[in-house]
Amino acid sequence: MFIFSVIFYFFAFIIVASSIMVISSRDPIHSVLYLILSFVTSAILFVTLGAEFLAMILIVVYVGAVAVLFLFVVMMLDINFVKIKEGFLSYLPIALLISACLVTELIIIFISKNKLLPEIVNYSDLPDFSSKSNTKDIGNVLYTDYFYLFQISGLILLVAMIGSIVLTLRTRPGVKKQNIAEQVFVSTKSRIIKKKVPLRKGIK
Amino acid sequence: MIISLEHYLILGAIVFTLGVLGIFLNKKNVIIILMSIELILLSVNINLVAFSSYLGEISGQIFSMFVLTVAAAEAAIGLAILVVFFRHNGTISVEDINKMKG
Repeated sequence: MFIFSVIFYFFAFIIVASSIMVISSRDPIHSVLYLILSFVTSAILFVTLGAEFLAMILIVVYVGAVAVLFLFVVMMLDINFVKIKEGFLSYLPIALLISACLVTELIIIFISKNKLLPEIVNYSDLPDFSSKSNTKDIGNVLYTDYFYLFQISGLILLVAMIGSIVLTLRTRPGVKKQNIAEQVFVSTKSRIIKKKVPLRKGIK
Repeated sequence: MIISLEHYLILGAIVFTLGVLGIFLNKKNVIIILMSIELILLSVNINLVAFSSYLGEISGQIFSMFVLTVAAAEAAIGLAILVVFFRHNGTISVEDINKMKG
């Protein structure tokens, strides 16, 4: 059990440190890389909690898709990032005050809940490792009880895909593109013209 | 020393607060603000998975998957809007996004 707590504290420290670096890094590319680090580390914590499927999904979806999307956008936009950091320190005192209040309140709530109202929820002291296959359990519930929610989430992804394509699509003038329908419906009469060439005159 | 549910909840609270702090601090960079929103959703995921594991109930992990779906959709739409906005205005500062005020 000692090694479990060592693992937890180690990876929790990495998550907190990389989250601090995400919000305070000078270069947005470094921010994205620290974001990837915090996602991978929390996936490791999910494995220690017995949620292997979700850990792998987190790596595939966040690191494979979302973080790479962020990287693309950061590198695509040509922004002067030195100027963007101006005014960072002016908000720092009040932001630190507000967030210190927030984290203190949340921690007080989480600690006191077990002491004050122990009869509302009774959870075990240890994570639940009783299920042998996490993926099978998720599938059993996801495709039966939560089937409509599953369909709706697919619909949300479809809407997001169409929306982002529609938003970023633009027709630039002067770009040479292949128009397949025009090519298919071409007839010989409109392309080949017979002309009589008069002697010593040529074609105008 | 046993790692209880409170440890995971406090970790989630700290990551959530760092996300909120990131929104406060980076007022000129929308990309960092979107990353902060991802951090907030990650802390929600940590809380859901921790509750799911300690209560022995799989539903928390299902809802964590739905949160993941919505986060991916939100990131895609947000970055698309950001790209369009940058093409139009040449800046990504939040303070310049005031064209739509009544």
